[in-house]
Amino acid sequence: MEKGFTPVGLRVLVVDDDPTWLKILEKMLKKCSYEVTTCGLAREALRLLRERKDGYDIVISDVNMPDMDGFKLLEHVGLELDLPVIMMSVDGETSRVMKGVQHGACDYLLKPIRMKELKIIWQHVLRKKLQEVKDIEGSCCYEGGADWIIRNDEAHFLGGGEDVSFGKRRKDFDFEKKLLQDESDPSSSKKARVVWSFELHQKFVNAVNQIGCDHKAGPKKILDLMNVPWLTRENVASHLQKYRLYLSRLEKGKELKCYSGGAKNIDSPPKDADLNSGHQSPGKSSYAFSVGSSLLHKATETDPKPLASASVSDPNSDVHMPPKAKKTRIGFDPPLSSTAFDSLLPWNDVPDPLESKPPILYENNFLQPSQSSYVSNSAPSLMEEEMKLSYETPAGGTCVNADEFLKSPTVTLQDLDLSAPSAISCMKLQEFSSNVTNSTESILRSLSWEFPESHHSGSLDTDLDFSWLQGEHFLANTGLQNFQFQDYSSSTSLLSELPPHLWFGNERLPDPDEYSLLVDQGLFIS
Amino acid sequence: MDTLVAQLQRQLRDYTISLYHQGFLDDQFTELKKLQDECSPDFVAEVVSLFFEDCEKLISNMARALDQTGNVDFKLVGSSVHQLKGSSSSVGAKRVKGLCITFKECCDSQNFGGCVRCLQQVDIEYKSLKAKLQDLFNLEQQIVQAGGRIPQVDI
Repeated sequence: MEKGFTPVGLRVLVVDDDPTWLKILEKMLKKCSYEVTTCGLAREALRLLRERKDGYDIVISDVNMPDMDGFKLLEHVGLELDLPVIMMSVDGETSRVMKGVQHGACDYLLKPIRMKELKIIWQHVLRKKLQEVKDIEGSCCYEGGADWIIRNDEAHFLGGGEDVSFGKRRKDFDFEKKLLQDESDPSSSKKARVVWSFELHQKFVNAVNQIGCDHKAGPKKILDLMNVPWLTRENVASHLQKYRLYLSRLEKGKELKCYSGGAKNIDSPPKDADLNSGHQSPGKSSYAFSVGSSLLHKATETDPKPLASASVSDPNSDVHMPPKAKKTRIGFDPPLSSTAFDSLLPWNDVPDPLESKPPILYENNFLQPSQSSYVSNSAPSLMEEEMKLSYETPAGGTCVNADEFLKSPTVTLQDLDLSAPSAISCMKLQEFSSNVTNSTESILRSLSWEFPESHHSGSLDTDLDFSWLQGEHFLANTGLQNFQFQDYSSSTSLLSELPPHLWFGNERLPDPDEYSLLVDQGLFIS
Repeated sequence: MDTLVAQLQRQLRDYTISLYHQGFLDDQFTELKKLQDECSPDFVAEVVSLFFEDCEKLISNMARALDQTGNVDFKLVGSSVHQLKGSSSSVGAKRVKGLCITFKECCDSQNFGGCVRCLQQVDIEYKSLKAKLQDLFNLEQQIVQAGGRIPQVDI
């Protein structure tokens, strides 16, 4: 092999109905320096491919897609465009993989897909092109022509003096153009090369069809029927060979009988009429005869079948992102409103978990009178606002807000109004609630857990004392005035939907260490 | 003396490691983190968000299908489970993915009770993971706000 071969700019079309994977694959492929187009629907992918028949080098597609079986897409792409296709799936069952191979996939990747697997997909493109060169070599009648093709094109592919990249020198890699245009190259010992324009090919096909089945149609006969004066028998012969190759490839994958009828008897959705119509009535379709790649590239602009109106991802933009995610917060929409789900789950001990508004607590009597202002505020997505409220503007005069709390390290529970705990909230909650032994369950069941159950009881106070002090010690050290409590609190309503016996954290006693503060917090939440 | 940033960074490390050790995340999550860069600084959070949206949608599909008493389309449920399995494999949601395998078996054997139980568990698991990841992102945010850098956590 000559100079280094860079697959930079390889044009990849990714098709996957899973938006998460689509986003990830796009990112991964971009990191490989490929040019990526994403697509969420198989039909859309076909449309894109047909629109720009030379627009892509390789297709990567998931096997399971809602609108079209991945294998079907594979067939279409192989037949119409002869692009290498890689299948992917989370299912690695041998039978599935075999099916992929049988349908012509050049590779089958198992999800989760790794970078190293994507880094080498360009090999499939190269391999395919080289293979086709060899095909041509076998069928070409030109004296030394094939050698010339191979020599020249390999040189092209392999750099012949400089790094060749798909992106930068795309037209150089346009195999067909290179060969077809190079008629007057004096250095080659070949005869003048014919450019098989669409019209010419159509004449050819018509002639072939007229004659009948393949085995009867010889170059001489076809030539006669075509009635193109400047065309030679050799031209027709070599073209016929390539046409046969193309058809045999078609036949491999599909239930094709005989091309004599012209119509491809492909048993598939109306979309395939494109393929058929292309042969019969060229209209605006353009054929470009390619020696190197698939023998017939066909692009049609007259796709009469409107694509499914299902939402299709714009291939050139990222998969739609919910805006809130930009703040590195998981988009969270409390509460989960799946009533169908609700009926299915007999969570009787939790009062209407899925439909209840998270901060039920506000209605409870354990709230001090000074906190009554909160009660009126019960609403589903209130968690963070409530937290803010309690944090910034304590309703009661005796409330100690977090700032003060932090600044006064000797604060004990007695000094705190009950609203203060809410300000510190989630960070501490698990500690004191776990210290609160048997009332834990009742607390957690009926409330969002910023607001502890009544602690008029002395025992509670003493229990809490330790954790509060410890907690505030942590806070005082950190000097952070503003923990983002609201973010924490937003996740609490998740819990309020779950029955306590299903909370994993219930059985755990927390580690009093600072270290495990957040870890335990996380555990508790779960 | 430990700075705030150092403390937070240590917490982040510990928390992250615990998530892996408890089987909530697998190495796909690590791969996701590797993909995050200056061009897409919120990549992981965005992907994870997409995943949870997908979860909600798929779970409600499954619930609806299972709710057709007497006429449950197990194939439909199974196909949603398959999608969920694929989705969970994308973010490294190890527990969810594991549940999907069991769930699929229940669908294949048309085990209604088993399916319902699996659905419940899947619901719990994804919500649980969502909360944990939210904590993780919060920690990261705190580190950044405190002027620190988010450490690379090697599992």
